[in-house]
Amino acid sequence: MIIGLDVGGTHTDVVLLDNAGLLREVKVATDASDLFRSVFKGLNAITEGVDTGAIRRIVLSTTLTTNAIIQNTIPPVGMIVSAGPGIDPEHFRTNPHYVCVKGSIDHRGREVEPVQPEETQAAAERFRKDGIRQVGVVGKFSVRNPAHEIRIGELLGNSFDKIFLGHRVSGGLNFARRIATTFLNAAVYPIHKTFFDAVLNSLSVKGLRLPLRLLKADGGNMKLEASVDFPAQTILSGPAASVMGAVAMAARDEDAIVMDIGGTTTDLAVLIGRAPALAPHGIDIGPYRTLIRSLETLSIGMGGDSAVRLKNGCLTVGPDREGPAILFGGSVPTPTDALAVIGDLAHEDRARARAGLKPVADKMGIPIETLADQVVETACRAMLEAAGRLTAHINGKPVYTLHEFKEGYQVRPRSILVLGGPAPCFAKHLQRLTPMQVRVVPRWQAANAIGAALARTTCEVGLFADTEQRVASAPAEKFLQPIMDGYGLEAATAQALGLLRVKALERGANPDYLEMEVVESQQFNMVRGFNTSGKNIRVRVQVKPGLIHGYDDLLRSLAAPAP
Amino acid sequence: MLCAQKKVGLVFFPAYDWAISPNHPEREERLLYTQDQILEEGLFDIAGVVELKPDPVVPADIQRVHFCVPDVWSIATESHFISAGGAKTVGIAVSERQVDKGFALVRPPGHHAMRVAHGSRGFCNINIEAVMIEFLRCQYGVDRVAIVDTDCHHGDGTQDIYWHDPDTLFISLHQDGRTLYPGSGFPGELGGPNAVGYTLNVPLPPHTTEEGFLHVIRSAVRPILDDFKPQLIVNSAGQDNHYTDPITNMNFSAQGYAELTSLLNADIAVLEGGYSIEGALPYVNLGIVLAMAGLDYSKVREPDYDRCQIRQSEAVTDAVKSVSDLILAGWQGRNQLREKMLEKRQSHRRTRRIYYDTDGFSESQQEEITACDTCGGALKIDSTSDRGAHILAVHIPRKACPRCQETGHGWYDDASVRRFDQVFLQDRPGDKYHVKKK
Ligand SMILES: [Zn+2]
Ligand SMILES: [Zn+2]
Repeated sequence: MIIGLDVGGTHTDVVLLDNAGLLREVKVATDASDLFRSVFKGLNAITEGVDTGAIRRIVLSTTLTTNAIIQNTIPPVGMIVSAGPGIDPEHFRTNPHYVCVKGSIDHRGREVEPVQPEETQAAAERFRKDGIRQVGVVGKFSVRNPAHEIRIGELLGNSFDKIFLGHRVSGGLNFARRIATTFLNAAVYPIHKTFFDAVLNSLSVKGLRLPLRLLKADGGNMKLEASVDFPAQTILSGPAASVMGAVAMAARDEDAIVMDIGGTTTDLAVLIGRAPALAPHGIDIGPYRTLIRSLETLSIGMGGDSAVRLKNGCLTVGPDREGPAILFGGSVPTPTDALAVIGDLAHEDRARARAGLKPVADKMGIPIETLADQVVETACRAMLEAAGRLTAHINGKPVYTLHEFKEGYQVRPRSILVLGGPAPCFAKHLQRLTPMQVRVVPRWQAANAIGAALARTTCEVGLFADTEQRVASAPAEKFLQPIMDGYGLEAATAQALGLLRVKALERGANPDYLEMEVVESQQFNMVRGFNTSGKNIRVRVQVKPGLIHGYDDLLRSLAAPAP
Repeated sequence: MLCAQKKVGLVFFPAYDWAISPNHPEREERLLYTQDQILEEGLFDIAGVVELKPDPVVPADIQRVHFCVPDVWSIATESHFISAGGAKTVGIAVSERQVDKGFALVRPPGHHAMRVAHGSRGFCNINIEAVMIEFLRCQYGVDRVAIVDTDCHHGDGTQDIYWHDPDTLFISLHQDGRTLYPGSGFPGELGGPNAVGYTLNVPLPPHTTEEGFLHVIRSAVRPILDDFKPQLIVNSAGQDNHYTDPITNMNFSAQGYAELTSLLNADIAVLEGGYSIEGALPYVNLGIVLAMAGLDYSKVREPDYDRCQIRQSEAVTDAVKSVSDLILAGWQGRNQLREKMLEKRQSHRRTRRIYYDTDGFSESQQEEITACDTCGGALKIDSTSDRGAHILAVHIPRKACPRCQETGHGWYDDASVRRFDQVFLQDRPGDKYHVKKK
């Protein structure tokens, strides 16, 4: 059995399932001021009367770190940044304790200027005096050679709780994003650690020793133990949970749009086959642009509770929400009220929704029913327009080779999978406006928790080899090895896949069903003078986000019409 | 977060699977380290710097500029369609005001490609700037354009294409032709009789540093541009003046390039040469983009940069000053010179041999232009290549007067396909391209 738990803004959804079917489904109110209580209440409710010995894993998706960042309740941290020539690193400042030091590495990983130990020691002294407990260290091109970050980390000594080195948080290039990512990891670390220590503690008090996993923004999970080194990877896991819940419904050989229709927003994602499309760099959250791998998503201010208004004689829906639908005690009409008027939303007090729409209808001089149709159509058109925009965005990404230019994959979605509160009501109206097939994700109210439960362990590895310098390295994996004559793209790819396998198993993947893929493999002849001096090789491999193996019967039972 | 003062549209197309040959300077690796640098610097995350995906050009775009022999597909390969498309995409974004400025960071380059193209010269097959400019003229009604070519090699292809066009001011700064390919670009090369003074060449002695370059920009190029008042300034932004470039002898730096970019204030930059792919390009390109965006570039420098090591000698400084003055005088005296040339005869002829170094063959041309004081004049080129092709190419310029239009059509109609393998007509007023064959 597996438990999937997704803490949302208003509810916490929990499911218990096994490979034959969904066993139990629980919804508890989220207490935003005490997420721990919400998680614990959910876990208590779902395990009541269940033989907990048969539970193989619990996958949690929480808003803990996301809220801390958005509400800026993060503690002060120290940042030490070494840039060398280029854009002034002061532009990338993340926080007050942000110190730029000397030392620089170039694009091939060669040292240009050495580290000055006194600078780091002075910074450490100041950090200690100001009571700072976590420090992030980031160097430009540290993913090509982490020596300076490691050296600075050593110079900081043992007087801090945790030191995050930039090259370990992601293997990708982008200095500014590496700074932001390292900063966020350091910043959410204490909140994350305290929270999950408490969860583990409470579980063990109850006599439950359950393996915990956390959902990440890329729709994959990782073991709790691994998360202490990368706590920021749990940011924005909520949208990923819903998308993973929709994956079960997608056809293997078809592209689809996922629409998670909520009260305030609709969040869209793209599935290619049954794999969600990933964002090329990483998450943007608040003022931070990061290297945290995530799904490519688009969020629009259009949902069941979007405000319906008349602006200069024109009907507008959204992008804001002023409260619940009039039907549920609000004061501004919404698409939910319109759906009730049309009769697609069963409610005993339809007259209330009609009364809510009436002032707008009167001003426009049209019948209430006509206005209701127009409101729903406006909302649906905005959602479909966003789907088109997201598809165009993914297809419009620049490519750097003639081959990709000609053969590059173009996403052509044929289905729309809708989920979220008002999903079934909207599906019918969406279908009238699009040639794509619109399907409601089964168990659409708990799809997010199901998605969390069934997500597989994901990770990626980037490897860089330079045969002139005779070295292959994957600094994020602490890997650095001399290479022999004849080393080429094939050997590099094999090496990267080997590293990925080790990493995935460490993070909790199933060794028997490891779906690894090569995302990038490039080899360049380096010519100096008139001779080839070596090869410059770049390989990126990943475990594709997707569902775990062995749950096909469950998926079939979910897809079957409810009894 | 960094926010650009001016919105910059960038097309980056490094063509990682295209090379002239494996060890050629124009090879797959050329923009690899530039990409590393711009990715690591997070250039595309700067608010106001946008990466645009290039749309390839279509044959009609190329035929507006070139006479490709025997046809477009024999001269332009897929990579040329995309690199010219990169320039065109940037041009569209600027013309439609989606961005304030644009930079086509693309390869292969184009500034050695002439109007008649039998093959590849100086690593260039089609002139990507000219293809872009003529598209913009056709589509957006752009008229007066200035091209400032700051590649280390003389932009002889662009010069050839605009030799007779008084609406295009072409200024090339380059290493003295006596010391470097293609061996042309002397101050006496001032354009054809109808456009004399609208081609300006500034040969600079070897070892000129940014001091010399920036002097020419400040004291000649900028005043001339202010006088010409172009609607569009295009910079053929070659980066082979760099002190580490392996095929040239100049002493320019990343800081110098950034400053040149700010001073020139071009609307569009198009990458040309530049073959110091590790020591120069990553830093130079970063500096150019920051300068275009109006951002601080003071910390952009090469790891081995040492100002004292590359200081320019007094002899160089003097030579630069005198050539700069000469150019300014050429510009100021252009009207008198034109009158003198136009009163002499009805039409002008010139004969030349053109060497295609990349492909290793020669072409000989006889060119005839009608003297006209109201338009660019009808142009006729009789061209024979060593490979055996003999063609006649007729160009009727964009704003041709009725008399020159008539002359051009007459030349085309009268040319016999028994004498030529092919006869071409570039009818720019009608935006049409005609070919007659045996
Ligand atoms: Zn050049
Ligand atoms: Zn005329």
